[in-house]
Amino acid sequence: MDFLGAHAPEMLPGNRQLPEGIVEAPHGTTIVAATFPGGVVLAGDRRATMGNMIAQRDIEKVFPADEYSAVGIAGTAGLAVEMVKLFQLELEHFEKVEGTTLSLEGKANRLSTMIRSNLGMAMQGLAVVPLFAGYDEAKEKGRIFSYDVTGGRSEEHGYAATGSGSIFARGSMKKLYRPDLTEEQATTLVVQALYDAADDDSATGGPDLYRNIYPIVTVITDEGFRRLTEDESQEIARKVTDRRLQEPDGPRAALL
Amino acid sequence: MSTPFYVSPQQAMADRAEYARKGIARGRSLVVLQYADGIVFVGENPSRALHKFSEIYDRIGFAAAGKYNEYENLRIGGVRYADLRGYTYDRDDVTARGLANVYAQTLGTIFSSAGEKPYEVELVVAEVGATAAGDQIYRLPHDGSIVDEHGSVAVGGNAEQISGFLDQRHRDGMTLSEALKLAVQALSSQANGAEKTIPAERLEVAVLDRTRSQQRKFKRIRGRQLSRLLEADVPAAAQADAVSNDEAAEDAEE
Repeated sequence: MDFLGAHAPEMLPGNRQLPEGIVEAPHGTTIVAATFPGGVVLAGDRRATMGNMIAQRDIEKVFPADEYSAVGIAGTAGLAVEMVKLFQLELEHFEKVEGTTLSLEGKANRLSTMIRSNLGMAMQGLAVVPLFAGYDEAKEKGRIFSYDVTGGRSEEHGYAATGSGSIFARGSMKKLYRPDLTEEQATTLVVQALYDAADDDSATGGPDLYRNIYPIVTVITDEGFRRLTEDESQEIARKVTDRRLQEPDGPRAALL
Repeated sequence: MSTPFYVSPQQAMADRAEYARKGIARGRSLVVLQYADGIVFVGENPSRALHKFSEIYDRIGFAAAGKYNEYENLRIGGVRYADLRGYTYDRDDVTARGLANVYAQTLGTIFSSAGEKPYEVELVVAEVGATAAGDQIYRLPHDGSIVDEHGSVAVGGNAEQISGFLDQRHRDGMTLSEALKLAVQALSSQANGAEKTIPAERLEVAVLDRTRSQQRKFKRIRGRQLSRLLEADVPAAAQADAVSNDEAAEDAEE
């Protein structure tokens, strides 16, 4: 990144002149993550909005950062995708030059700096707020980091959500999450949470059964990053929607 | 003021080339071979940490003989070049040809500039294609020229003899284990005709494997997987199976 700054400063987000006024750009919405023994799942809905309008139905908002980590992005889609690309580049570059990977903490801190450098844009309404999840090879467990607009980073235990639908998704996961979930249960949990977010937040897209557009679900374990195939994701989403035909509000937690 | 002695340009260049060649010859040789599923790099290297081979980009690998600090510098330059290219345009736009050109420029400039001593390095830049026909191997000697190689290439101290040996025995479509054994055999033969044995733990081996599912095709082969490949003495078909199983097991271990 320092090299990029010296050789092609126009390629770095922080070095741009900020334009006056407000621009309308597509925004990505809800990202959720949950840990389970042995790893972590990170999932995102597929909708991008521009004001009241749905800008895109099949946007992808969850990306692998490297072999053992992934980023999900909420906020201005264009800037966020660029940030992820730069983040991926940095991790890979470090790995090749140093011959070893960054620690998970190191990666999380790096992302924090990148978000902070976008603060100027965020003040104009073009914020990027990602969720970072990865498998910590040293501690042998999945970990989640959430961020605020200023780059403040905090580690989340259990589950986390970001984006406009995050309030509903978090509520949903709060009732459904258990620390002893299996990988399969964890993927169902995040799809349930995304469904609840889409149910109550107009900017979040639910599973689109007509167009066959389903949430992107990724799993990171000691075997590395894996994105569920369309078929796997469809199967989970179908199970959730089928069940909701009987119970539209989803599974009910015990009262006491 | 004293008048400097006149040295003819031919003489000056010959001296510099001689200097660089001597430096390179002091280092251990290494070989790069094509095999059925990609390109394999083999060299004798007692160090676990200082690599002679490394990854530059998705399909591109780098091998160097000579002075460590000089080729390490060039390697990092190459990684920077490739990453910047790939970020600015697209991952597909990073090619071994482009990278070899950059290295040739760098080495050539240093070689012919009077102020600097020539680099005592010889590089190999290899790119694995979708098929064997798409594989590219470039050898870059110390003076900045580029040699487009096919099949096999050797650089370092004993290069001429080793490449002669390889030219006679290397054929297209070898399995990884066959290619590896041939490489070790080539490295073991010494200038005086005697043979020395190189134990597996002193070998550095890496492959650019086109069958690898990840985007990044570069992979180091070490430990048990390496000894298995060196010992493998089974028919080619069964062996190919064994290799892919090893791959899977090894990948899972990582």
